[in-house]
This record gives sequence, C-alpha cells and structure tokens, in this order.
Amino acid sequence: MLLITGAPPVAPAGAPPPPETRQRGGITLTVFAAASLNEAFRGAAAEFSAANPGTSFSFNFAGSQQLAQQIVLGARADVFASADMRQMRAAGSMIDSASIRVFVRNRLVVVVPPSPGRKVRHLTDLAAAGVKIVLAADAVPAGEYALRFIGECAASPGFPAGFRSAVMRNVVSYEENVRAVLAKVVLAEADAGIVYVTDAASVKNHGVDTVDIPGRLNVLAEYPVGRARESAHPAEAEQFIRFLLSRRGQEILEQSGFTRAVEPADGSGVTPAARGITPHE
Amino acid sequence: MNDARLRLPLALAALPLVCFLVFPVAGLLLRASGEDILATFLGAQAAQAVTLSVTTTLLTVFIAVVCGTPAAYVIARKKFPGKSVLDALVDLPVVLPPSVAGIALLVTFGRRGMLGGMLASLGIELPFTVAAVVMAQVFVAAPLYIRTLAVAFAAVDRDLELAAAIDGASRWQSFLRVTLPLSLRGAVGGAIMTWARALGEFGATIIFAGNFPGRTQTMPLAIYMGFELDLHVALTLAAVLLVTSFGVLAAVKSLAGRWIQSA
Repeated sequence: MLLITGAPPVAPAGAPPPPETRQRGGITLTVFAAASLNEAFRGAAAEFSAANPGTSFSFNFAGSQQLAQQIVLGARADVFASADMRQMRAAGSMIDSASIRVFVRNRLVVVVPPSPGRKVRHLTDLAAAGVKIVLAADAVPAGEYALRFIGECAASPGFPAGFRSAVMRNVVSYEENVRAVLAKVVLAEADAGIVYVTDAASVKNHGVDTVDIPGRLNVLAEYPVGRARESAHPAEAEQFIRFLLSRRGQEILEQSGFTRAVEPADGSGVTPAARGITPHE
Repeated sequence: MNDARLRLPLALAALPLVCFLVFPVAGLLLRASGEDILATFLGAQAAQAVTLSVTTTLLTVFIAVVCGTPAAYVIARKKFPGKSVLDALVDLPVVLPPSVAGIALLVTFGRRGMLGGMLASLGIELPFTVAAVVMAQVFVAAPLYIRTLAVAFAAVDRDLELAAAIDGASRWQSFLRVTLPLSLRGAVGGAIMTWARALGEFGATIIFAGNFPGRTQTMPLAIYMGFELDLHVALTLAAVLLVTSFGVLAAVKSLAGRWIQSA
C-alpha cells in the first residue's frame, strides 16, 4: 500500500542482473531521476543511446525524496539525479560520493490556470483571500525551495506584513512531487502552484500561464547527479554522467528550460560539488 | 475419506501463501517499537490523521448503508432493462485502479468538471475538502457493501417471505422481519469490507482531495508522506494502522458472529 504509485524496481543486493542486461553488447542503465527531469532526461538518453548503441535506459521518475528512500531501502539504481543536495545526502552511502556533481540548475515560477477566472496576476496576489495554492510537500525539493521563496518575498519590500502566513493559509494541498502540483493547476483545481520553470515549459498549448519570479526573490535549485556504489554498470553510469556535463548534454538540458551548471568555456565539463557532500547537520 | 490424512498436505499447500501474508505484517511490527507507536499516536500530525481517518470512514460506512441497502435490494430482486449494465457499473469502482477513480472524480466534480462547474456556480468547491475525502472513499468502497448485501438478499428463501405475506405481513414488515434479519451477516460483512477498504484508500484521495494535514491527510497519506520524510514515523503510523485495523476487524467479526447467532 505504501507504494501504490511508482513502484520501484526493488531487487535484493547481490541478485543476478536481469536477463536483458547480460546479453552481449546490450546493457540497461537504471536511472532514478527527479520528476522535473522527465522530458530533459528522455531527450538526453535518446541522444546518448544513439551515440552508444547497446545502452538503453530504464527510468524511475518521482519526487527526489521518494527516490532517495527507495535507494536506501535497496532499490537497484545505476544513476541518481536529485533536485537538491539534501535528498542526494539522504541516499547516503548508497551513492559514491566521489561521483557526485552538480550538473544543472533550475528556477521557480508561479503557474496559474489560463484565464478566465484567473486570480493571481502578481506575486502579492498569492496572499489574497480565497486563492487556492498547491505546493509540493516540504520533503520534496520543490516544496522546500517554494517555502524559501515565500520567505524571501515576506522579507522583501513591496510585500505586505503577514504575507507569509496569509500565503500559507491559502495552501490547500501539499503534493508528493512537483508534477502533481503542476497537474492540479493545469486542471484549474488550484489557483496557483509553485513549480520549476522547466515544469511550466513542459506544458504544451498554453495549458498554464505563469507569473515570473524576479531573480532577487528566486531560488537557484542545484541538481546533483551521482553513481550508485553498487551499480552493475559503473563505467556506463560514469559515461552518462560525463555526457550530462558535456557541452552537448548541457545544451539538451538548456533546451528544456534548465540553467546550465557548466559554462561552455569550461573544457573539462566537471564542476566539483564537494561543499554539498559534507553533511552539516 | 480420512481427514487426518489430508491435514498435512493441506497445511503444506496453504503454508506459502499464509507465510507470504503474515511475514510483511510481522516485519512491519518488528521494525516499530511499542514506545514509538505510543509517541507517534500522541504526536499532533498522526493524531490528526487518525481522527480524520476514523471520522471519514465511519461517515463512508453510514452513507454506504443508508444508500447502498436499497441499491442492493434492487439489484438482488428487481428485473428491469439495463440491469446487467447497472450490475457491472456497481462493480467497476472496485476493479478500477484508485488513481483512475481519483482522476474520474476530479474531472467530474472538479471546478471545471462536468458537475463541478455547476456546483462552483453555487459556491460549492469539493476538491481539497473533507467532503472530497469521503467521496473518494464512498466511490471505491461502497460497492463492496452493495455487492455483499445483494448476494445475501438473493440467497434469502422467497418461500419465507411468502409465508410472512400469507400470515398478513405487509411487504415492508416482511422485509424488516424476514429478509433483513436473514441478510444481516451479509450486511455486517459488507459494511466491514467497506470500512476496511475506505480506511486504506489512498490513490483516489491524494488525487481528488489532495494532501493537507488535518483536513485531507488521512492515515495512508500520512504514512506515504512520512515514508519520504521520516521512515521512523511512517513505520510507526503503519503499525498503528495495522493494529487498529486488525483490532477492529477482529472485534467486529467476533461481536457480529455472536450477535447473529443469538438473534
């Protein structure tokens, strides 16, 4: 009952790899990735597979916090891409800490259902009475970032006193992942949701409108990726991580609306993220 | 046929499935300590979830009994065109994946839904409310009551009702004095199944009612969210759910058994 949605491919450690991965010249990389990476990773995987015939992908997209728990409980993954460092740390020793790199960045945006009946035109409208807001749960990276953004607003000039508590009173649901927040806004059940700009960009045909968040109030979400310590295909897992950090990999992510983490000039294509790895709690 | 000779093979054949059903329960209980369970129970969020689960599921059973009893009678006794379609429709929510049920409810009763638009113009918005929690539970669980009771109604000997009628009982009296008491086991069994299914309802609830502590976060939702935040809390809440479910099921079954026998 715990895992009705997104049942993980859990296998006991040390079990033989599934038959298809043993076939000569063909392996399947199992990638656990934050829900917000869905389209971007499918695109990256398609290009990686085209360049490396014989490598196919099996994806598990969900809230990073859920993926981290699945990995801790023994789910078999080769690569874990989290939407924040907190959940990468939560996966603990199951991820090879030397392999962890920040590979992409993301920003928040307020999504609202398209008119008519649009209630939120400015960020201050989030505090208006009767506005239904949906957030990701605070265990979800997007939820934590959203709370930080609301805090930034509350501390800024131009926002009324009591902004934070008024916004929190308007929250009607804390969703299990950022895409569930988006879905409730696309269905117009919520008047506003806080998601990543990449999520808003994934909705086609003007399914949602957005209220932009200026840079000084916005939160820079940093996505780390790492190789599972017990990966059955460590070389390919490393290769995929290097591809994400490469010039082409960064371009693909940028096309989905992400902010690159590696500048084109940086030939090595590797950004150490050591400061995020050391636990500080 | 010698019963003793059959006993061992029967036990051996049943063993794998029995173990499979019992081991996860034991595994869960072994991971959660009694002290933790007590502490979790006293914690605000868990207590809210338990209270919400208890009140909404009782309301669900009430609605199922009040509206489901006539429905079960019609299905068991009446013949009308399209009856087989109605019969299948009643079973549908039970076999639907709960997530499908949740989406169906949302696109029907949501603000831009088929009926939700009308309701919204009257100022009634159902998603994200306690009412939505109950609706999700009734949708997926009430059919269990209707189905079980319909089978019980169908099994009542029509000659007994006829005899009551000959003795001068009205149709209403014969229903209350003959049909209903003879179907009581089915009614109680169905109500228990409905209650248990409602208590465990997750998929339709999280989609249609959302997740807000104290308002729409029932025990299964609290466990699911807790699983990601703090496995410890999730484990203890899960154990609480397991123990309460088992306790109530066992108590109701033994009470109902005695009550029906003495009636």
